[in-house]
Amino acid sequence: MSKEETFAIPNVATPSQPVLFNEDVCTGCNVCVEACQIDVFIPHPQKGKPPIILHPEECWYGGCCVNDCPVPGAIQFNWPLALRGYWKNKETGKVHQL
Amino acid sequence: MTTWHDYLKEEGRPPSWPYPIRFEEEQEIETDVLVIGGGIAGCWAAISAARQGLNVALVEKGDTVRSGAGGPGCDHWCDAPANPLSRVTPDDWARHMADRPYSNGIGIQIQCRENFDTLLEMEQMGGKIRDTDDEYVGAEERDDKTKFMISPRYGTIHSYLPDPRMGEPNFNPPDKRNNVVIRIWGSTFKPALKKECERLGVKIFDRVMGTGLLTENGIQGARVIGATGLNNRTGEFMIFRSKATILATAGAGSIWLMSMEHGGYSNMIPRTVSGDGTVMAWRAGAELTNMEATGVIMIATGLKHKWYTGGGDASYENVPIVDANGKRLPYPIQGWEDAGAMVPTPEVTAKIHEGIMKGEYSLPFYADFPSMPEVERNVTWRLMLGEESTTRVIIDTYNQAGFDPGRDLLQGYKFIEGQSLPQWREAGYGGGLLVDWNLKTSLDGLYAAGTQMFSPEDHSYAAATGRYAGRKAAAYAKEISESKMSRDQIEVEKSRVYAPVRRSSGIEWKELHAGISRVMQYYVSEFKTESLFQIGLEALQKIEEETVPTLYALDPHKLMRSLEDISLLNYAKIIIHASRARKASSIPLNLHRIDYPAVDPPEWNKYLTVKLENDKVKIGELPITFWGDMQQQYEAHNKDYTGVYRRK
Repeated sequence: MSKEETFAIPNVATPSQPVLFNEDVCTGCNVCVEACQIDVFIPHPQKGKPPIILHPEECWYGGCCVNDCPVPGAIQFNWPLALRGYWKNKETGKVHQL
Repeated sequence: MTTWHDYLKEEGRPPSWPYPIRFEEEQEIETDVLVIGGGIAGCWAAISAARQGLNVALVEKGDTVRSGAGGPGCDHWCDAPANPLSRVTPDDWARHMADRPYSNGIGIQIQCRENFDTLLEMEQMGGKIRDTDDEYVGAEERDDKTKFMISPRYGTIHSYLPDPRMGEPNFNPPDKRNNVVIRIWGSTFKPALKKECERLGVKIFDRVMGTGLLTENGIQGARVIGATGLNNRTGEFMIFRSKATILATAGAGSIWLMSMEHGGYSNMIPRTVSGDGTVMAWRAGAELTNMEATGVIMIATGLKHKWYTGGGDASYENVPIVDANGKRLPYPIQGWEDAGAMVPTPEVTAKIHEGIMKGEYSLPFYADFPSMPEVERNVTWRLMLGEESTTRVIIDTYNQAGFDPGRDLLQGYKFIEGQSLPQWREAGYGGGLLVDWNLKTSLDGLYAAGTQMFSPEDHSYAAATGRYAGRKAAAYAKEISESKMSRDQIEVEKSRVYAPVRRSSGIEWKELHAGISRVMQYYVSEFKTESLFQIGLEALQKIEEETVPTLYALDPHKLMRSLEDISLLNYAKIIIHASRARKASSIPLNLHRIDYPAVDPPEWNKYLTVKLENDKVKIGELPITFWGDMQQQYEAHNKDYTGVYRRK
């Protein structure tokens, strides 16, 4: 069992991950970085890797990053826990939540 | 996983700042027309001025491709009476709209006369404005010939509230509808606008925040001759010299509430809208009006549901609202049957509340999509909610999670989440820059468009007035001569802008925003009196004198947020000055004073203006329709209007 260093870092700003990247699919084109008017992301120092989420709690859930991504499946939305909506099957009455 | 703390774990250090740091380095740009704000109004202003053959510089805090409230999209082009399916003339509809107290008759007249031309130009640029793919054949008010799709909105009157005649026999029949609101594919607009700017040679400065206006010889109240800006990625200082300047930075977002940790900033208006342009104009000595108007926050900020995620929110056209047992609620459905009514009357709201408490209606409430005819359901779910700003990701998320509007009821939150506190306010769509029939502000050389002006309207209003201001500013720029810049004014501004990066500890921007919000919640909200306003003003001044000098920013992005806070602080002060000057209560302005309880007495039916003169606040007033006869004034000022652009 390797011993990883534990850093003393402050609480992570929340909601901490407004989007999820699929690193196998994302090409690191950074269209999402430029589309974001809030500047939530910074480009990864390594070319080809997905951006780094730097200001997650500033996200206004505009969706331009996801909408404009040219690579299907590279990025998806991750709603904050407190904002996950509900629906109900009209016939069966079963309640679902995001 | 691509978070900064994952990077830290992997690399043993945080990422380096990815952009070159250029604090205090200057870049000077000379141009004919400077547009500050690259949203809908700003892009149209830049395009319009460039089409007049002038050099244009466009400054945008984000990236013009998707910035502003209209960046992600839009579903409605409102108040377009010049469209071929309309049954009302532009001048009649404009008069009807301007009949609402404290509206902007100038902007409304421009919108009604010119926004259909503007829409056709949007189509020229590549925006989708009609059902060219025949996706919604058979939908009500889809015109098969033009393929325009008309929305139920404003079918009888221009009102968010239901028409009092609703329920009468033959209410809102198809052959009598106004047909003034067009359904659009607004997600296609912003990228097309940016492309047109580039095609016309507009110099776009993305990631630059306007920080101050430059005036002739640095004098407050003198002609505006340029502006300063901050690159929010590099920290570079931009100095723009221009013959004419157009402000299009919209209004001020969430002054009264700061709640990011609950659910992100999550609002219809992003954090980047922080009143920058308004405060820039204020400091330069421009006159503002209607600053005492406020609204109560009903959505988002993390404390309320994210707008559009629930049944009954805007854009849910024709969707019946039912309770947990399927019982239909007397709630407006923004549909053909209620001529697009968007909001219930206070009486209906009270009735529903009472019904909940008595067990007559069971929570939660739902949007009954399955009960709709299929084509109407598709129009609302795919077109309206697919295209409206920030909603594409909402419907995509629901679709991917298995929601099927043909089978499932979508929950609504307006009642179950409880009422907003009256302390949760927003400056919203109330006050802004005073303009004349050239959309010129009270300062020579300075113009305003869209939500930057007092009492704004919607997306098409921003587009039409932006287009108009661009052509007026261009006309001025063609005539005017060189200007005298003041190096002193630039130095003072530079000092102000960089102060936070010269410190590494103190107060950070979020805490400052929250502190400002708390002052407004206590002293400028539900309970309004002269003495409370005074305490509030002194509290804000204390923040300015004691706290702002401790503001620190560790990088250009945090510096931007810090400067935004200072805009919000100044905007808040202006609101107090305007509010205390109105010695009466007002329903349209949502202003209720304990010390002046008379509601809208005739002698107070007027606009109050505020401005700085020698750095002292001066209050003025204007008659309630100071713009004169809308038709006459518009025609007198636009004899040279040439209609739809002929693309070269």
